[in-house]
Amino acid sequence: MNARLLPLTATLVIFAAAYALCILQFPAFGTTRVMGNLLTDNAFLGIAAVGMTFVIVSGGIDLSVGAVIAFVGVFLAVGIGRLGIPPALAFALALLVASLFGAAMGAVIHVFEIPPFIVTLAGMFLARGASSVITTESVPIDAPLYARLNDVVVMLPGKGRLTLVAMVMLAVFAAASLVAHRTRFGRNVYAIGGNRTSAELMGIPVGTTTVLIYAFSGLCAGIAGIVFSLYTSAGYSLAAVGVELDTIAAVVIGGTLLTGGSGFVMGTFVGVLIQGMIQTYITFDGTLSSWWTKIVIGLLLFGFILLQRGLLALGGRGQARTAH
Amino acid sequence: MTDDTRSAGAAPVLLVRGLCKDFPGVKALDGVDFTLRAGEVHALLGENGAGKSTLIKTVTGVLQRDGGSVSVAGREIHPKGPADALAAGIGTVYQEVNLLPNLSVAENLFIGRQPRRFGLVDTGGIRRRATGIMRRYGVDIDVRRSLSDFSVAIQQIVAIARAVDLSAGVLILDEPTASLDAREVDQLFETMRGLTARGIGIVFVTHFLDQVYAVADRITVLRNGRLVGTRDAADLPRLDLVSMMLGRELERATHLARPERPAAEGRAPFVSFRRYGRRGQVEPFDLDVARGEIVGVAGLLGSGRSETAKLAFGAERADSGEVRVDGAPVRLASPRDAVALRFGFCPEERKTEGIVGDLSVRENIVLALQAQRGWLSRLTRAEGDRIADEFIRRLDIRTRDAETPIRLLSGGNQQKAVLARWLATAPEFLILDEPTRGIDIGAHAEIVRLIEDLCRAGMALLVVSSELEEVVAYSDRIRVLRDCRHVGDLVGDRVSVGGIIETIASEARP
Amino acid sequence: MTIPARSPTQPGAAGPSRAPTGGGRRRARAWTSALPQLVALGLVFAACRLASPQFFDVRLQDGRLFGSLVDVFYRGAPVALLSIGMCVVVAARGIDLSVGTIMAIAGAVAATLVNGGLAWPLCVLAALGVGVACGLWNGVLVSVLRIQPIVATLILMVAGRGLAQLVTGGQIVTFDDRGLIGISAGTVLGLPLPVAITAAVLLGALLLLRGTALGMFLEATGANARASHYAGVDTRLVTVSTYVASGLCAAVAGLIAAGDIRGADANNAGLWLELNAILAVVVGGGSLLGGRFSLTRSVLGALIIQAMGTGILLSGFQPEFNLIVEAVVVMAVLLAQSPPAARLANFLRPRRTA
Repeated sequence: MNARLLPLTATLVIFAAAYALCILQFPAFGTTRVMGNLLTDNAFLGIAAVGMTFVIVSGGIDLSVGAVIAFVGVFLAVGIGRLGIPPALAFALALLVASLFGAAMGAVIHVFEIPPFIVTLAGMFLARGASSVITTESVPIDAPLYARLNDVVVMLPGKGRLTLVAMVMLAVFAAASLVAHRTRFGRNVYAIGGNRTSAELMGIPVGTTTVLIYAFSGLCAGIAGIVFSLYTSAGYSLAAVGVELDTIAAVVIGGTLLTGGSGFVMGTFVGVLIQGMIQTYITFDGTLSSWWTKIVIGLLLFGFILLQRGLLALGGRGQARTAH
Repeated sequence: MTDDTRSAGAAPVLLVRGLCKDFPGVKALDGVDFTLRAGEVHALLGENGAGKSTLIKTVTGVLQRDGGSVSVAGREIHPKGPADALAAGIGTVYQEVNLLPNLSVAENLFIGRQPRRFGLVDTGGIRRRATGIMRRYGVDIDVRRSLSDFSVAIQQIVAIARAVDLSAGVLILDEPTASLDAREVDQLFETMRGLTARGIGIVFVTHFLDQVYAVADRITVLRNGRLVGTRDAADLPRLDLVSMMLGRELERATHLARPERPAAEGRAPFVSFRRYGRRGQVEPFDLDVARGEIVGVAGLLGSGRSETAKLAFGAERADSGEVRVDGAPVRLASPRDAVALRFGFCPEERKTEGIVGDLSVRENIVLALQAQRGWLSRLTRAEGDRIADEFIRRLDIRTRDAETPIRLLSGGNQQKAVLARWLATAPEFLILDEPTRGIDIGAHAEIVRLIEDLCRAGMALLVVSSELEEVVAYSDRIRVLRDCRHVGDLVGDRVSVGGIIETIASEARP
Repeated sequence: MTIPARSPTQPGAAGPSRAPTGGGRRRARAWTSALPQLVALGLVFAACRLASPQFFDVRLQDGRLFGSLVDVFYRGAPVALLSIGMCVVVAARGIDLSVGTIMAIAGAVAATLVNGGLAWPLCVLAALGVGVACGLWNGVLVSVLRIQPIVATLILMVAGRGLAQLVTGGQIVTFDDRGLIGISAGTVLGLPLPVAITAAVLLGALLLLRGTALGMFLEATGANARASHYAGVDTRLVTVSTYVASGLCAAVAGLIAAGDIRGADANNAGLWLELNAILAVVVGGGSLLGGRFSLTRSVLGALIIQAMGTGILLSGFQPEFNLIVEAVVVMAVLLAQSPPAARLANFLRPRRTA
C-alpha cells in the first residue's frame, strides 16, 4: 500500500472503531441528531483547519487563526450592531481583511525569510490586540439576518438538523479538496512542501504561492469567524483562544505530515470529527471531565507524530550515500 | 583544437568556447572549450576542484559566466537559471534527484504545466500521457504512485524524461549513478543509449571509470579549471586517462625528497583496524598505523576516502570489525570515544563539519580540548587565551585577534585553526581528510611541513589527500582505494605517483 | 588593498595588529553588547515617567518596597524566568512552546499537594521535579526521537493543560499555606521575593553556563551541531539539558504565579507566557537560528516587554494595546535581523577591502 495513505487510513480506522464503540455504549451516537450537532458544533474549527491544512502541507504553520476568528467576530458585532453596516457587506469586508492579513504574513515569511511560526505568532498578537482594542466586552449580535440564517436548516431523516454553518463547512471542505488536488495552485502547495528548492528549480512560483497559501488560511479563518459569529451570535475578543492548536491537532490527526508535502483535506475533516466525537462522548458520559479531551488529543497527536517519524525513517532508508 | 576538425561531421548541439568563471582568489574555469555532438555520450571527468561542477553550473545558469560563450544548436544563450537553461534546451539531472518525492510520477512530469479541462487539472490526461512517456523509456509503472515509492534508478529516469519532454536537446547527467546498483546502472545506460539514438547529446559526469568506458563515446578531462583534453574513449587507455585526471605523466621515479625518517615497518601498530567497515560506504578493511608513521590514503573521488577517515574516527559508526589501540580492543562508537582515545580528525568539509563559524578563533581552538576535559573542568580564560595565542603563533594563523569569529578567516587559516583544535588535545592519532584542499599555496606548504613535524614527534597520522605528489612526499605508506574498497598498500619504492595511478587504474578484480 | 589591517586573511598582508587579547576588552564588549536593550529599557522607563510622574517613586512599607518601578520587576519576574530557560533552548536551535503549560502543571501539583497536607518545601520540590520531568520529555522527543522542536513541545502544550486540570480536578485550587504564598508575597531585603528569585536564577544560570564549559558547548551546538559533535561535544546531552533547564525555570515561574493568586488555575496560569518568553529572547537580540546567546539580554528583553505593558496601563490606554505594541516591536526586531536586511546593510556599507 502507498505509505502516504497510511496515516489517513489509521485515522479512518481509529475514527470508525471509536465511533462504533460510542454507539455501542450510547446508542444515541448513531442518530442523525447527534451527527448533525457534531457538524454544527465543530463547523468553525473545521473551516479554520482547512486553511491550516494548506499551510502545513506547504511546510509552514499559522498560529494566528484563533485570533483572526475572534477579530472577525468582534468586527462583525461592532460593525453590524453599532455601526449599522449591512451584514452582507460586513461579511465581505471581514473576509477581505482576513485574506489581506494572511497575505501580508505570507509576504513577510517569503521576502524576509523569517520562520512562519514567529511571523504568525506576531500576527496572532496583532489580531488579538486589534480585536481587544475595538472592544473587550462580549458584544451580542441581534441582526435579523442572523436569526434568519440560523433558521436555515435541512432536516435529516431521524430528526437530525443540518444547519447552515454545517453546510458551509461541508462546502468549504468540498471546494478546498478540489483546489488541493485539481488546481495548479493546490499542486504547487504540495510541491513546495515536498522540497522547496526542487520546486523552485522546476519553475514553480514559490513566492506567489506562499503568499496565496497564507492568504487562503486567512480567508478560511475569516469564514470560520463568520460561522463562529453566527453560531454564538456574539463577538468577543477572547473567543476562540487555543483554536490554532485544535486546528493543528485536527490536521495532524487527519494524516497530514507536519514536515509538509503530504496530506488530505478530507483527512482533516476526519481529524475534526474525532475531536468533536471525544467531546461529545465526554458530554454523554457525564462522569468524565472535560480535560480528558485535551489529554486524549495530546496522546493522539503524539501517536500520529510518532507514526509519521516512523514513515519518514522508512522512506529515508533507501536514500543515497553521502553526496560529494 | 584537433577536436573541432574531427567533429565537423556531426553538428554540435552544445558549444562552449573559452568559458571563464572567477571566484574570489580562484579561477574556477579558465578558458574551457567543450563540444557536445548530437547523439553522443560525452563523459566529463576531473578530480575535486577541477571545475566540472562549475562548468555545469555556468552552462545551466546557476552561475553567471565571466567570459566566453555558450551556444545551443548554434544560438548563443545567457541563461539566468536552470529553468531558463531548460527553456533553451539544456536539461540537467542531478545525483540527488531534484524532483518532488511526495508527488506522483505523473505530476513530477507535468507540474507547473498541467493540461487543464474546465479550469481543473486534467488528472486523467496527465496519467495517460505520463504512462506513455514512461513506456517510451521501457518503464511500465503505475504513474499515480508517489515518486518516493520507486527506486532511485526509476526516479532518475523520471527526471530524465521530464527534462527531455521539456524540449532538451542537451542532457546533463551529474553523477547519476552514484547511488545505483549494477542492474540499475545498466538500466540507466540503456535509457541513455535510447536517447542518443534520438539525436540527444548527453554530458555524463561520473567518477566511475568502468562506467565511462562502458557508455561514453568521448571523454573530456578538466583539471584546476582548465581543459586537459578531449579524446575518443576508444583511443584512450585507462592509464592515460588517470594520468590526465591527476595531471601526472607516468613516471616511476619521483623527484621529490622522501622523508628521512626511520622506517615504521616492523614496529607494533599504535592503532589497528580489523575487518572494519560500514555497508554502503566502505567494504571492511584492515589498517595499521604506528607511532611516527604517516599512512597516506589515495583514490579517486568517491572511492571511499572520506568514508574511511570518518570510520577511523568514529564519526560514522562501523557495522563490522574491531579496533585496537596498543593491542587492546577499544570502543569507538562516536567522536567522543575517539577524543577520549586521543584521536583527532580534521574533516574534509571544513565549513559544515570542521569550524563552528560563529564562535571565535579561540573557542574553536579549545573546543576539543574542553570536550576532552568535560564540562566541569572549564579551561580558565587565561588558559584559553594562552593556548589560543600559542597556536595562533605556532601555526601562524592570520587573524586580527583570537576573538574574531572564525568564519571571517580565509580557508587556510580556518584549516590551521581546526588543526590547532586537535593539536591542543595532544593527540596520538591524527586523521586528516584533505588538509590542504582549497587553501592558498603559502598555507599549503606550512601544513605539509607541520604534518611532517608531527610525525617526527611520534604521532600516528592517517592523511587522505587527492594531491598525489604531496601524499607521496610525506607518506611512509600509501593505502589505495577504488570503488569503496581498499585495494592495495604501496610501501618502500612503490610509494610513487606512478604506483598510485597504476593501482587505481588496474582493472577491477573479477 | 591599502589598509593591510583590514585584510588579515590575505596571505601577503602581514598582520601587524595581531594584538594580544585582554579580558578587560572582552568584558567591555559584553557590556556594550547589551547597550541596545539597556537604552530601550531606559527609553521605555522614560516614557512611563512621562505618563505617570510617580513612576520612579519607591516607598518602603512593612519592610517591602512599593512603587510602579518595583511593580515592573515584580510582574516581570515570571516572564524573565521563562526567558532564561527559553534563551538556553533557543541557543541550541530549539524552541519550547510548552513553558506556559508547565507553569500550570507545576502550580497545580504544588497547590494540590499542600492542600493534601504536605509540607510546603516538599511541595516546591515536587513542583520543580515535575518541571524537570516535563523538560526531559520534551528533550527526549527532540533529541532522541528527532521530532522538530515546535511540534515536540506542542504536544505537551496541548495535553499539559489537560494534565494540570486532571491534577486540580478542574477547579481553581486555592490554598492559604504561608510558605507557598510567601514565594510570591515574601521579601528579601525589601525586594519582592520573585525578583530576588529571578536574580538568583539568572546568577545561578550565568555561573553554571559561564563558570563551566557548558555555555561554550551550548553555543557550539547551536551554531554547528555536526562540527561540535565531531569535536567530541555530547550535543545530544546538551540539547536535552536545555529543555530540562527550560522546564525547571517554568516550574519556578509557575510557583510564583500560583503564590500570586494563592491558587492554581490550570486553565489560565501561564497562558500566552510562552509567547512572551520567545518575544523576550527575540527582543534580547537572540537569534532564533541558535548559537550566541545572552541570558542577561533576554531578561532585559522580558523587562522591556513588562515595562511597555506597565507604561501602556499608566498612560491610560487599554492593556490590550500591549499585544499590538509587542507584535510591532517583535516584527521590527525580526525584520532588522532578517537575512535580506543584513544583505541590504552589507550592500550599503562602504567597501573597505579590494
